[in-house]
Amino acid sequence: MRRKKYLRVLSPLVLVSLALLLTGCDSALMDPKGQVGEEQRTLILTAFGLMQIVVIPVIVMTIAFAWRYRRSNRNATYSPDWHHSNKVEAVVWFVPCVIIAFLAVLTWYTSHSLDPHKPIQAEGDNAKDPIVIEAVSLDWKWLFIYPEQGIATVNELAFPEDTPVRFRVTSGSVMNSFFIPRLGSQIYAMAGMDNDVHLIADEQGVYPGRSTNYSGAGFSDMTFDAHVGSQQDFEAWVSKVRESSESLTFPDEYYDLAAPTEVNEIQYFSEVSPALYESIIKSFHAGGDHEERVAKYADSYADGFGHGHSDESHGESDESHGEPMSAEAAE
Amino acid sequence: MATDTLSNQGHAHGHDQDHHDDHHDTAGTKLFGFWVYLMSDLVIFGSLFATFAVLLKGTAGGPTPGEIFELPFVLVETFLLLFSSFTYGMAVLAMNANQTAKVSRWLWITFVLGASFVAMEVYEFQHLIHEGFGPDRSAFLSAFFTLVGTHGLHVTFGLIWILVMLVQLKKKGLNDVTRPRIMCLSLFWHFLDIVWICVFSFVYLMGVL
Amino acid sequence: MFGKLSLEAVPYDQPIIMVTVAAIVLGGLGMTGAITYFKKWGYLWKEWITSIDHKKLGIMYFIVALVMLIRGFADALMMRSQLAMASAGAEGFLPPSHYDQIFTAHGVIMIFFVAMPMVIGLMNLVVPLQIGARDVAFPFLNNLSFWLFAAGVILVNVSLFVGEFAKTGWLAYAPLSGLDYSPGVGVDYWIWALQISGIGTTMTGINFFVTIIKMRTKGMTMFRLPIFTWTSLCANVLIIASFPILTATIALLTLDRYLGMHFFTTDLGGNMMMYVNLIWAWGHPEVYILILPAFGVFSEVIATFAKKRLFGYNTMVWATVAITILSFVVWLHHFFTMGAGANVNAFFGIMTMIIAIPTGVKIFNWLFTMYRGRLEITSPVLWTLGFIITFTIGGMTGVMLSVPAANFVLHNSLFVIAHFHNVIIGGVVFGMMAGLTYWFPKAFGFTLNEKWGKRSFWCWITGFYVAFMPLYVLSFFGAVRRMQSYNNPEWQPLMIVAWVGALIIAAGIACTLIQFYVSIRDRKQNEDVSGDPWDARTLEWATSSPAPFYNFAHLPEVSSVDGFWEAKKANGGVPPISEPPYQDIHMPKNTWEGPVIALFATIFGFALVWHIWWLAIAGGIGMFATFMARIFNDDVDYYVPAAEVERIEREHRQRLKQKGDLAHSTRLEMQS
Repeated sequence: MRRKKYLRVLSPLVLVSLALLLTGCDSALMDPKGQVGEEQRTLILTAFGLMQIVVIPVIVMTIAFAWRYRRSNRNATYSPDWHHSNKVEAVVWFVPCVIIAFLAVLTWYTSHSLDPHKPIQAEGDNAKDPIVIEAVSLDWKWLFIYPEQGIATVNELAFPEDTPVRFRVTSGSVMNSFFIPRLGSQIYAMAGMDNDVHLIADEQGVYPGRSTNYSGAGFSDMTFDAHVGSQQDFEAWVSKVRESSESLTFPDEYYDLAAPTEVNEIQYFSEVSPALYESIIKSFHAGGDHEERVAKYADSYADGFGHGHSDESHGESDESHGEPMSAEAAE
Repeated sequence: MATDTLSNQGHAHGHDQDHHDDHHDTAGTKLFGFWVYLMSDLVIFGSLFATFAVLLKGTAGGPTPGEIFELPFVLVETFLLLFSSFTYGMAVLAMNANQTAKVSRWLWITFVLGASFVAMEVYEFQHLIHEGFGPDRSAFLSAFFTLVGTHGLHVTFGLIWILVMLVQLKKKGLNDVTRPRIMCLSLFWHFLDIVWICVFSFVYLMGVL
Repeated sequence: MFGKLSLEAVPYDQPIIMVTVAAIVLGGLGMTGAITYFKKWGYLWKEWITSIDHKKLGIMYFIVALVMLIRGFADALMMRSQLAMASAGAEGFLPPSHYDQIFTAHGVIMIFFVAMPMVIGLMNLVVPLQIGARDVAFPFLNNLSFWLFAAGVILVNVSLFVGEFAKTGWLAYAPLSGLDYSPGVGVDYWIWALQISGIGTTMTGINFFVTIIKMRTKGMTMFRLPIFTWTSLCANVLIIASFPILTATIALLTLDRYLGMHFFTTDLGGNMMMYVNLIWAWGHPEVYILILPAFGVFSEVIATFAKKRLFGYNTMVWATVAITILSFVVWLHHFFTMGAGANVNAFFGIMTMIIAIPTGVKIFNWLFTMYRGRLEITSPVLWTLGFIITFTIGGMTGVMLSVPAANFVLHNSLFVIAHFHNVIIGGVVFGMMAGLTYWFPKAFGFTLNEKWGKRSFWCWITGFYVAFMPLYVLSFFGAVRRMQSYNNPEWQPLMIVAWVGALIIAAGIACTLIQFYVSIRDRKQNEDVSGDPWDARTLEWATSSPAPFYNFAHLPEVSSVDGFWEAKKANGGVPPISEPPYQDIHMPKNTWEGPVIALFATIFGFALVWHIWWLAIAGGIGMFATFMARIFNDDVDYYVPAAEVERIEREHRQRLKQKGDLAHSTRLEMQS
């Protein structure tokens, strides 16, 4: 009688859990659009599967033992002094050891094969030459510099499919993390340091990206879209960016851009100081003018920033989040 | 109610009254506890040493270790501190021989040596700051000042502790309360000596070489 | 004169805070009025504030923890509500300036001011009794530890209405927590609240380590210790070895902020990666400090209610020791994505998954304790069963996270949030609830109402799954932590489900509060006369409930594991009662210096937050002077006359005779 009651409670729970699990099937991590992400999905599912060897028996045993050996069940054997068994110990040490050993080998292998610093060898006929994009996290927007094309954007990425992309990542302020969930690995963005992650998209589409490491008031809006198209699409996009009248020189225009602003819209820069990325990194090293620039922004970071008064607008731009591929500049 | 505490009017039994079926070795326990505390202090110093090692190269255009460390000066400091450990050892020997006045005398000498050490260190710091090489100049200097300064602060606390013991020795002499405290201070003092040897070696010596 | 402090520091424009403050002030005035009216200040001062009795300190820790749970959970409800609303352009009701403080405070409060005091409170109440001791090794230090913890609680609560709290996340990563990017007082409140209470915790670690090593009763060798004491021992080792790292790290951040140094700044050689490494070198052992005693609770509970000896005692001990040691070599798994390189990442990943092995062994040992036992499904047992299932799932997600390459897409996502709540709620919270129920009668002399206890459990476990399973799913869609809002409307339904889950947990907390009320109301019916309401196995049950302030009239002697159980077997199944003759008992006296030092510490911390230098100096001098008073205080102990001991023991014996020998099982059945 009681068993039926437990089953009646358990079965809808199991169904709901399954439903919940299955909703994830088309998610970014389970339906990735690039080789790196695909290998990571395999890894996640493998680790999950292996752990079921332990998890499912534990759940079953918990319910089964609690039920069978409940005090009101006089039929069950009662061995109050049985507290040791070499056989049981052997199994409960051995089986997890084997699972972990297997996972450890997998870990060692994939830590190397999926090392974000490792360049991607694109295979086959579609193999393209790699391109470099430099990402700088600012407060609270992403600056993307295309050194090979001599352009830059804020909050918009584009690159061609099947092309290995080397993202060089740094920060113009606090610690952030550069992440495009559909494509795979993220990597931390840290001031004065040059990190990198290699990604590749094998399908055209628009893939959202963001910072994952909380960085202050405007963190939630540090999002961007990565537009992956054909080589022609990419070249057309580069041309569009080149039509912009905005330039990004270092130091002056860069430090204007770096001032803290929330909810930023897309911007295009047709002219960029050469080695802008390296200059940004160097600004935090000895002899850099980072300190005096930060003093300039000091008021923005002070208590009142982003304080929830409804009459104050967010940041300095009044315009709402622009449409993609637009050429509006904020000022 | 069984949890009512007795009123604390109970006459303070001296420790000479032995009701010993449950009397634990309190002095031994205190010493053991102090050892454990020293281990935790060691972890603090360990963290500071690790930080120093990482930030060693962060000179940010400011002075490097070789440019600011003066080994002869540090050598004198080292001898002061090492010798003070010796004099403290003499104090403990005198305590074991129940010679209260001698204990006080050796403690005084230890105090003077330790105070001289601290004075020299303060001078070194003040001199560096005066030249614009204060802890805010670079990460390396921050780490240096903090590591060495933390040790110096510990020595200062030790000096205050010596003064307290001198007062207590005068008022109460050597008893079940003051003896364990002198032993704990002994552990503390020698511990600081050992830490200084690490500082001397890893910070000053290696910095210059 | 008042540093940075001015009347503008009070957030008059934030209604939620002002209402909360008003409620606290009114409630505080009411309580103060009542205490004055009933003339209880003397009682409070003598019996509680200056008490060095580990049992009372344990109770106080737990009470403060429960009060802070209300605040920490209110934060959680606000966060879930905000996220249920703030989808695709909707702003919700909490702007980032407010929301960011809430999630920071939520983490800080739950870890430092709810979970830690619950664990330390249980250790205080139980460990000296379990080892047959009269008190801890250093009772004054114990009192001071509690009050320093309370100082941290006060500071973190004052930050609510004077100034602001940190907006950095609970670990205050640099450089965001540095002066450049967080110039306000929030991070300074974080610094001083944690630094002051952290020192208290370190003292506790030393105190209990020495207590367990040095003050075990006769015959209690290390391998006859109750498992809860073993896990406490290991937790205290972790405290001693890890909290100094926190002390040092917070000190370095303090030096950056107050003296312009460059440990973690973005320029002049500072290294923010060092902050991350140091803070997690503390942070990882910290979570094991929380979980190991919870494991200990489950071991005691399952053996007692299954009426069977714990399976694999030796293995449990070695597994706990292994976990303790391993917990020091895994810290980098919190930041695989910092870019350390494949070899380093692989090493830390593999070390992390190795911890799963001894942990799994423990789970199986609990299961095999139930096997062929006679399990009574009481509420502590329900918490235990819920723990085994929930913690195993949480551990599984932990192993998934420990694979660096998988971590690269899961780091900082809601997967991490779901994982650690999975293990902390399923492990620590469930363990503390089980421990609370199990040891409540020992502390207060009556049992908690079973019906409401079970209701609380079902709300908690249901609410947990409803609140956190959606977060696992959302993480696969790219949802990350610490978002104040999100622009993908498809995420909203699951966010709403999570919010419902939080409401169910709120119901669980309400059930516990009702449980307290009902239990106190019915305390005469639920009286624990014998001191051993569960027919348990370890020494704490060999005293009356509550235990007398000296714990044992005669220090017990044991010759095996579960010494009390063996003594009962030899005594016809009934707990042996102490017999005369009695001796004078040496006990420590209460201390006024502890609370006063902590009071000065609070002033010191507050003054430093607001840069009121003269006040900080005054606070510092006050702490030092009071400490000196303690050093020169000779009147710190006394002897309880044997006659007094006899009187108390006689009273206990008379009560036993009066109320008769009710069978233990019938008592429980009467309540549920």
